[in-house]
Amino acid sequence: MTKMIDFQTDPSKYRHWRVEYEGDIATLYMDVDENGGLFEGYQLKLNSYDLGVDIELNDVVQRMRFEHPEVKVVVMKSGKDKVFCAGANIRMLGGATHAHKVNFCKFTNETRNTFEAAEADSGQKYIAAVKGACAGGGYELALACNYIMLTDDSSSNVSLPEVPLLAVLPGTGGLTRVTDKRKVRRDLADVFCSVEEGVKGKRAVDWRLVDEAVPNSKFDTVVAERARQFADAAAAKAAKGITLGPLNRTIAEDGSVTYSLVEIAVDRAARRATITLHGPDRDVPASTDALVAEGDQSWMLRLVREFEDAILHLRLNEMELGLWVFRTQGDADAVLAHEAFMLANKDHWLANEILQLWKRTLKRVDVTSRSIATLVEHGSCFAGPLAELIWAGDRSYMMEDEFEGDNRPIATVRLSEGNFGTYPMGNDITRLQTRFLAEPEHVEALKGHIGEEIEADSARDLGLITYAFDDIDWDDEIRIFMEERASFSPDAMTGLEANIRFAGPETMETRIFGRLTAWQNWIFNRPNATGTDGALQRYGTGVRGDYNMQRV
Amino acid sequence: MLDLINVSYDTLIPNNVGLSTDKRVLKALEKWHPGYINWWNDLIPDNFQKSLVYLRTAVSVDPKGWAKFDYVKMPEYRWGILLAPQVEGRTIPCGEHAGQPAWQEVPGEYRNMLKRLIVIQGDTEPASVEQQRFLGRTAPSLYDMRNLFQVNVEEGRHLWAMVYLLHKYFGADGREEADDLLRRQSGSEEAPRMLGAFNEETPDWLSFFMFTYFTDRDGKMQLESLAQSGFDPLSRTCRFMLTEEAHHMFVGETGVGRTIERTCQIMAENGIDDPYDIEKIRSFGVIDLPTIQKKLNLHYTLSLDLFGQEVSTNAANAFNSGIKGRYMESRIDDDHKLTNATYPVWDMVDGQLVRHEVPALTAINMRLRDDYSRDAAGGVGRWNKIIEKAGIAFEMKLPHEAFNRKIGVFANHNFNPEGQLVSGAEFDKGINDWLPNKADGDFIQSLMNPVYEPGKYASWISPPKVGIDNKPGDFEYVKLHMA
Ligand SMILES: [Fe+2]
Ligand SMILES: [Fe+2]
Repeated sequence: MTKMIDFQTDPSKYRHWRVEYEGDIATLYMDVDENGGLFEGYQLKLNSYDLGVDIELNDVVQRMRFEHPEVKVVVMKSGKDKVFCAGANIRMLGGATHAHKVNFCKFTNETRNTFEAAEADSGQKYIAAVKGACAGGGYELALACNYIMLTDDSSSNVSLPEVPLLAVLPGTGGLTRVTDKRKVRRDLADVFCSVEEGVKGKRAVDWRLVDEAVPNSKFDTVVAERARQFADAAAAKAAKGITLGPLNRTIAEDGSVTYSLVEIAVDRAARRATITLHGPDRDVPASTDALVAEGDQSWMLRLVREFEDAILHLRLNEMELGLWVFRTQGDADAVLAHEAFMLANKDHWLANEILQLWKRTLKRVDVTSRSIATLVEHGSCFAGPLAELIWAGDRSYMMEDEFEGDNRPIATVRLSEGNFGTYPMGNDITRLQTRFLAEPEHVEALKGHIGEEIEADSARDLGLITYAFDDIDWDDEIRIFMEERASFSPDAMTGLEANIRFAGPETMETRIFGRLTAWQNWIFNRPNATGTDGALQRYGTGVRGDYNMQRV
Repeated sequence: MLDLINVSYDTLIPNNVGLSTDKRVLKALEKWHPGYINWWNDLIPDNFQKSLVYLRTAVSVDPKGWAKFDYVKMPEYRWGILLAPQVEGRTIPCGEHAGQPAWQEVPGEYRNMLKRLIVIQGDTEPASVEQQRFLGRTAPSLYDMRNLFQVNVEEGRHLWAMVYLLHKYFGADGREEADDLLRRQSGSEEAPRMLGAFNEETPDWLSFFMFTYFTDRDGKMQLESLAQSGFDPLSRTCRFMLTEEAHHMFVGETGVGRTIERTCQIMAENGIDDPYDIEKIRSFGVIDLPTIQKKLNLHYTLSLDLFGQEVSTNAANAFNSGIKGRYMESRIDDDHKLTNATYPVWDMVDGQLVRHEVPALTAINMRLRDDYSRDAAGGVGRWNKIIEKAGIAFEMKLPHEAFNRKIGVFANHNFNPEGQLVSGAEFDKGINDWLPNKADGDFIQSLMNPVYEPGKYASWISPPKVGIDNKPGDFEYVKLHMA
């Protein structure tokens, strides 16, 4: 699997999904093209999916928000007759490397979270209208919707057959959403997750697995009614959206990538990617009308889209670059002005969507399995949303005092109101709250520094950065840190970072990315699942997996 | 007095590291230097600070420059930063990177390991000065006093050498560690020196000679293995330090030798044949040979403990990463990686002492200790020559390495100096014959009367064969400041 995976797509290229828009209700059909797999060696039968299918879904959800703000309800349906969705493609999983499986699961998890949050963040409610078999990853798709309707045709069911059938877990949020979101009783959840055939009809409702079971004959009518009802109950935001055009991206021979505001420099020998984000190259929009008129070109939107693509590209296509270094360059005042405009207009649908996309993209950084260092250099603009990168990273280094031959403005950190609630992490508190878990009063005190040009010594005193180094020490300290980091075991680093990044409260999200994912990744490494005689390899041969019966 | 505000580091500090243009090190040294001078002044009694001492100063590393003799007041001694010349094309001598170009910068991967080794080495340098701080008052001659101060200023220079590496290559962490080297104090309860042997006071001059012979030799072995480091600046620093360390061991070996010689001479003059006629021998103001043997036993075994555990993962890591080599690594004929090699180490099995093979990589400490024991045996042989010449039936011996050990496989077991396992009762019975007791210490202490007249020596020690820098016998090595 060495071909480059591109996360950019648009409806003209979709092979697996289509959307019908009708006023404030959109119907999203999953209709997977059997022969449209991202890689060779498997067919996407029975609406099963691979990463390519999910990349399209991610694009659908993103466009729904930016291009169709008029939509208030999205009905997710199958475009096939007898099956809603059979889940992740087993042959694909059987053939994929461990690293691909892990990254595939991470991305699908992020996509599920994204449409699940669409109701709260964007006023777009997703209904799963389930007809036919809804198994494994299929039910996980439904679970992430805000409302699940199941036809009561005495054969359609929902199920999580991963454990009995494949010896793996429903790892795309399935287990967690059953208990934490649907709040299914744990013994019933235990039963549900160990029977291949799943649960149907009224029992599915009784067990809280679905919200509604509808007689088959009336299914389409009731689904339409429900959609209407939900749409009527929600406030209208806008009649018309903006268009998300293709990103301006160039990938060079050596793997470095250039966007309009983001650059990725690659040092393969050092196993390092340096990601530079540039400050505003255009003025703050004069009004929300002007913001809409700018479409996908406003600074904050363009930057975050490019940044998101950069993250996804590096994660999937550059797995050996174990250290990401974040830099920024630009005018910090301008960054604050752009953000202040969005914050002042966060009731406007587009300003809101842009801030929400920043929130989601910063969360992608949090769950990235790379060591992340932020360099707060002279001429940088770590302000507001960009300052979040300092605390999203594992360590930060800041330039102190003037550097010889460097006439860029002295390095500062700039706090904004946005740092105190606009970009919460998966644990549902801010990065600053997570950072200062022992001192909530310090977070309060930091509010008094909003807007201030915080130079290195104060930034260190305020705990906003890890280290400050002057001209004399800088190069050596940074070099040595990077060399040391690159020498550690990547697995140990991933484990270390994933653990200490998420102090504080557990949420469904942290449980999915922490507990569920960690166990799934462990199982993915065990012969019972992935060995030559394991369940994933033997699936479809009629022979059961050969298990080592020792409990570990 | 030294002008601390306007230190011109370029002229004050002899160096071959381009100090005047090295902003980073200059800035760090400016902060560190006053603390160092304070440390020195607190340590050496005031009248010695003001005395003129005939000292050797290294001003450069070439043969002409590394031994300049002149009178100097110790606080004005020019502690230099001198590295052995860089060897063109030097490669990492051992471990998994063997054969690759030697590192000129700290490899990030091994930064902490390197720092730890440098800090441990650096910690021993000032420690011995602290341990020997009271000896000037009881010097048996100006010649010996001068040697003591020479060793002291050079240990001070060795501290500088390690501080230079910390300042130059380890950034803020390194500066902090350099400060801590002055904060720890030998024997302090708050912040003792890192290694046990360096927290014992050196109570008398025989202890000083034994210390410089045995414990400085541990330092020599450590420096020898660090001189084999793939981190070139460390290797070069240690290579130059070794030239000075050789003199310290000379002071130790000749000091013990002159003590033995004097005892033999007095025995002959007074017709005493029996070396165990202790009371009679002592009555002439010299130290009997059995007591000297006991001092030897003590210092040798304390020094063995400095080599750490026989089987050590840390040592294996340091070797494998190319940070620390073996003694004379470049002259050893093997793969320098120790992939499949084994080495025999001591172990206790069912209460029996056995030596069995373990992976050589893990036995680096044991091997270095064996090299040390061989090296230490040389001087003992020369001491015995003196005794033999005097016709006395007595032989100095290195005790078995199991005897009196606090670290490693022998710790917590009772061995006699022959290496036989003995019962607690037997051990208690023998201890008086094996290790110096309070009475021995008191007796030696009673002989520690200063002799400050040029050319004169205390009753218990012979004059040296030749003077320092070929000076005549009555040369005034220290022009004492009389308050
Ligand atoms: Fe030394
Ligand atoms: Fe020494």
